[in-house]
Amino acid sequence: MRNPIHSLTRWRDEFKEIFAARVRERQLGFRQSWYLGAFTLGCFSIQIVTGLLLMLYYHPSIPQAYFDMKDLQFVVSSGVFLRNLHRWSAHAMVFLVFAHMAKVFYRGAYRPPRELNWVVGVCLLLLTLLASYTGYLLPWDQLSYWGTTVGSSIISSTPFIGEKLRFILLGGHSVNANALLRFYVLHVVILPLVIILLVATHLWRLHKDGGMYINHENHTDKS
Amino acid sequence: MDDQQNNNPAAGIEEDRFLSRREFFIKLGSSSLAVAGAGAAVFAVQYLSPNVLYEPSPIVSAGRPEHFPTNSVTLDPRFGIYVVHGPKGFYAMSSICTHLGCMTVWRQDSGVIACPCHGSTFRQDGTVIGGPAPRPLPWLKTWLGSDGEIMVDRSTTIAAESEYIQA
Repeated sequence: MRNPIHSLTRWRDEFKEIFAARVRERQLGFRQSWYLGAFTLGCFSIQIVTGLLLMLYYHPSIPQAYFDMKDLQFVVSSGVFLRNLHRWSAHAMVFLVFAHMAKVFYRGAYRPPRELNWVVGVCLLLLTLLASYTGYLLPWDQLSYWGTTVGSSIISSTPFIGEKLRFILLGGHSVNANALLRFYVLHVVILPLVIILLVATHLWRLHKDGGMYINHENHTDKS
Repeated sequence: MDDQQNNNPAAGIEEDRFLSRREFFIKLGSSSLAVAGAGAAVFAVQYLSPNVLYEPSPIVSAGRPEHFPTNSVTLDPRFGIYVVHGPKGFYAMSSICTHLGCMTVWRQDSGVIACPCHGSTFRQDGTVIGGPAPRPLPWLKTWLGSDGEIMVDRSTTIAAESEYIQA
């Protein structure tokens, strides 16, 4: 009979295969990547967990959405903690995803063979911004209402199809009940699913492309 | 010469004329998929565009003319319109900023219409004074209803200074 501890160790080893078969110690060092991608993924995990919990008290309807948000702040036990965790983790994720991209760019880690993973990363940046934008409407307060009004007006300046795009996104001519429901579905189902798929692709390519980038020319560089 | 053989036009046409069964079915299959994809795209756009909207009517009653004193600009935030009673008569304008859709306000002290979002300012005939607004505030179709109230159709814009109502 197999030792259960042994199985767990095997299971842990399987997860190590996110990295390439041969990993240099230097690739795993903090100074190479500042772990920015891992921190971004950590923030995303916090978003999933806190978001699922917030969904238990939130109704995407008018005016209930606003009252649910207020209930989360003042009535639900730990509601204000979860809501603020969701909010600050979202802000941190946007910051980290930019920082991750800048770090990859300035180190030249986007170069072949990692160019496909750079493109996947840019898609993930856009998806992060979209998730942020759709989440902004959900509290249904003055700030989110006018923020979404401004954002959807920017969409309507797309040449030729701008008005149609805005109409389809909002499900109407102005930010109203249809818009709230559409943004909710985008925020809690569609965007997270696509993000999870692309993160999986991102990690798979990281594995296939030889793991974390290290600069072989500056092997003795201490920076 | 190899080059001459490759450049022989008749040989190329001869090869193109015959499709193998496999090539034919690949072409048939991929074109069917393309047609189905285009159909699905049309279907998606139609499904995502609501046919019935439960939005407020664009035609609203702004109130009786005597509620608006001469030389006044009155914002009605319920409808997003201004009712202006100028020297030539009454007219109505949209109060939605032409920049990015925020609700503007009339500033009595400085005599300008100002947008709180990005600082655009307008005169009381709707023309832009400053800020990022690309167009003047549009004038709206206005008439006197059967009960003597000022009616405004928010979905119909008219040329500025083209129509006034007298009351």
